[in-house]
Amino acid sequence: MDSKRTSEVLSVPTPQPPESAAEVPLEIHDLTVSYHKKPVLWGIDVVVPPGKLIGIVGPNGAGKSTLIKAAMGMLPVSSGWVKAFGKPVKESLTRIGYVPQRESVDWDFPVSVMDVVMMGRYGHLGLLRRPSRHDRQVVLECLDKVKMLPYANRQISNLSGGQQQRVFLARALAQESDLYFMDEPFAGVDAATEAAIVTLLHNLRDKGKTILVVHHDLPSARQYFDMLLLLNMRVVAFGETKTVFNYDLLQATYGGRLTILSEVADAVHARESGNGR
Amino acid sequence: MTQLIPAFDFHQVIVAPWSQDAAGTFPIVLMGFLVGAACGLVGTFLILRRMALVGDAISHSVLPGIAIAFLLTNSRGTLPMFIGALAAGIVTTLLIEIIHRKTRVKQDAAIGIAFTSLFAVGVILISLYASKIDLDQECVLYGEIGFIGLEEGITLGGINFSPQLIRMASVTLVVAALILIFYKELLVSSFDPALAFSVGINASVVHYSLMCVLSAVVVSAFESVGAILVIAMLILPGATGSLLSQRLPRVMGLAVLHAAMSSVMGLHLATWLDCSIAASMVVMGAFLFAFAWIFSPSQGIIQRFIRSKPKLDEPPADLPAAEKSAVG
Repeated sequence: MDSKRTSEVLSVPTPQPPESAAEVPLEIHDLTVSYHKKPVLWGIDVVVPPGKLIGIVGPNGAGKSTLIKAAMGMLPVSSGWVKAFGKPVKESLTRIGYVPQRESVDWDFPVSVMDVVMMGRYGHLGLLRRPSRHDRQVVLECLDKVKMLPYANRQISNLSGGQQQRVFLARALAQESDLYFMDEPFAGVDAATEAAIVTLLHNLRDKGKTILVVHHDLPSARQYFDMLLLLNMRVVAFGETKTVFNYDLLQATYGGRLTILSEVADAVHARESGNGR
Repeated sequence: MTQLIPAFDFHQVIVAPWSQDAAGTFPIVLMGFLVGAACGLVGTFLILRRMALVGDAISHSVLPGIAIAFLLTNSRGTLPMFIGALAAGIVTTLLIEIIHRKTRVKQDAAIGIAFTSLFAVGVILISLYASKIDLDQECVLYGEIGFIGLEEGITLGGINFSPQLIRMASVTLVVAALILIFYKELLVSSFDPALAFSVGINASVVHYSLMCVLSAVVVSAFESVGAILVIAMLILPGATGSLLSQRLPRVMGLAVLHAAMSSVMGLHLATWLDCSIAASMVVMGAFLFAFAWIFSPSQGIIQRFIRSKPKLDEPPADLPAAEKSAVG
């Protein structure tokens, strides 16, 4: 059933039959978001299939972060709706994990690595409940998965950028969600961490989780993601990476930005010369 | 020749307050501690949320709230004062948000506009109805902790626990309990509001609840330390605690310890110099902050000086910054 849906995934919104709607991890319909009456996202229509690792790419100011925040219901929207697993997104929050941009928090905050990852469990705890032994166990396992277990009791300000990002990922893992939104998890991390994160994301995907990742770097986007969402205020294209990663669509996404265009050309060239792989 | 600084008489300054004057000393020190602890606990979260200025704002805008509540009910009863202050606190918070959101004015300027205007309204109300309102401006600004223990209350062990003292004790206990109960909500919404949202915690409910608690604490602290010194009580304990520890529970414990120490030390300073007790407590609080700043084992001036020496052989400290800019 999964493979059947995968093949018909394309940007055009198709009305879902009600009984299978629960299978769709994320459905965004006609979403428009504005800041100070200026639209930043316009008529976004996306139906995301399950079990895919999806990159959201586009130029600066394309609304990539806004898209994932609006999709989670964090921002007021001018029009449209978002459903996750067939229900309005606010009712599905426990099945959604989130990795915000690393710079969005104060790393001098007086908490340990363990405390931060434990925050990922709060959604499962509910009001007034304290973390149980099981929660601590989950947190330690998640730290182990990102190889940060030895740092569990460190103060977070003593971490490098890559380590901070691993902590955020461990926290997202601790959320034990089925749908993940990640805002630039590769920004400012070392090569080892980047490789570790990619492996981790692929493992999650192989377990049937759906992951949407805001990503900045075009050449690596082609390697990392199953599907790409090319965004520039509107959805320029959404589909399998090998289908949408082409010069015309990327040019349509990045417009007249020359430096990016040459990067696009390089990336396409790299793809063509690397076709044999 | 008058002496600028009175002679330091050990018996009179240190021993007497706890022997023959104990019945008068104890309520004052206890009040100073309760105010400092309640303010310090709430203030720790204000500092972490970078909202120290909002504490400043609410402490001032409570004034018109109290004045209006007084004019409406014609009583200095606890309940009308509380409701007036609470309403004023919420109005201030909303006003700051509205000015900040609906105009191009930044948040710090919005805070400056909101609380000074409300405070001015309070000053006008008090001066207009000065004959009717039993609130004098000096007391409102600086408080009078020395009078706190005078009213008859419950007498235990020869010490009179005045109604004000009992009220403050309940407020402090409630604040401590609320922080204990909602610790994880406060923690995650302070550290990462976006994640708080994704785990189903409404950060703006937490925000307004914290503002309500802040207003309640400020109005309780009002009589004893006044609108200005309460700001010091809000900021100093948490700031001192965070110099000494990097774990939130310990920071809060240290904030409470700071409140106790500055209360006791402040009383002795005031006895020695025969001056305002509340101001002395704040001065001692600031002294403790400076002490922590110099001697902190992790980030103190001395420790940094010691640690900076062997570091000369290591690579220059600007390496991570360079790495960062290359990424951006």
